[in-house]
Amino acid sequence: MIDVQTKMTERALELLCLPEGQPSYLLDIGCGTGLSGDYLTEEGHYWVGIDISPAMLDAALDREIDGDLLLGDMGQGVPFRPGSFDGCISISAVQWLCNANKKSDIPAKRLYCFFSSLYSVLVRGARAVLQLYPENSEQLELITTQATRAGFTGGVVVDYPNSTKAKKFYLCLFSGPSAFLPKGLSEAEDGEEATESRFTKDRARYRMARQGMVKKSREWVLEKKERRRRQGKAVRPDTQYTGRKRRPRF
Amino acid sequence: MKLLTHNLLSSHVRGVGPRGFPLRLQATEVRVNPVEFNPDFVARMIPKVEWAALLEAADTLNLAEVPREPTEGYEHDEDFLRKMHHVLLEVEVLEGTLQCPESGRLFPISRGIPNMLLNDEETET
Repeated sequence: MIDVQTKMTERALELLCLPEGQPSYLLDIGCGTGLSGDYLTEEGHYWVGIDISPAMLDAALDREIDGDLLLGDMGQGVPFRPGSFDGCISISAVQWLCNANKKSDIPAKRLYCFFSSLYSVLVRGARAVLQLYPENSEQLELITTQATRAGFTGGVVVDYPNSTKAKKFYLCLFSGPSAFLPKGLSEAEDGEEATESRFTKDRARYRMARQGMVKKSREWVLEKKERRRRQGKAVRPDTQYTGRKRRPRF
Repeated sequence: MKLLTHNLLSSHVRGVGPRGFPLRLQATEVRVNPVEFNPDFVARMIPKVEWAALLEAADTLNLAEVPREPTEGYEHDEDFLRKMHHVLLEVEVLEGTLQCPESGRLFPISRGIPNMLLNDEETET
């Protein structure tokens, strides 16, 4: 069973679109115990990891990873010369910048400090792919605004947007001229499903959506539960027993 | 901390900017690890290396056989690339300090990990 972190690193590396067959020098923000770094090494890249926790870095040393480690706070800036790295990844770390640990911390300033220094240490045209868990849309907007202020272009790629468990956010940032943003993964096989909003002139009547459903069928029960969830009410989780056919006497 | 990383590290103390490079290296414990030689990677990193800083660091660590500058057509010079590979990737500083040339601030290195955490007064924010 492949670790979730490793899977996310694989996807982040995929989104990074590095030149094929060429070893690159990468930055791993919030590298922790080096799980993501191990994958980078496996793919033939060289990397430097930054983490704020000495305990995590000690554990990384015990695992004998190949990359170099730094004890540092990303909110204070990335301490490298301009144009040092060919790319940057981060797995489940950037959202921590939104927490103010000390009274004097202002998340927006720390985010801007991080993104502006990241922009500088990347080679022109390089990308940064940051997988994160935003608490809500305001947090995501705060993060993307600061990244844009720092000079990055790009956007958020969402994988499996319809699944609460599998949904993952990847903030893809480009430091050079605007590049094409990759499509997020989804359940649909044909990949025709749009992951960004489409603005069209035709308005589908809301009632049409429910016409297909027979009242009291399993489909209807699931739709009703989803509706109540959207309204913010407490709803039992869906299981294999939801809306099942009961015995006639019921 | 490998010498390649040291060559790219720069102090981010407030107000220092580009004068925060290079960090002066003092090492009390150094180790040499064998690392698989990848000529492609070494050749690609050569243009990024700041030679003066590299030579200064290598002198502090008393390393022998350090090329003084990139030779013409270094991409195909295996001998040169192997020497650079050894200097940049195989020499590791385990204990020591890094000093910001502008502010004089010391960053300690412990178990090969430099501590780059800044105090509140030193951060840009």
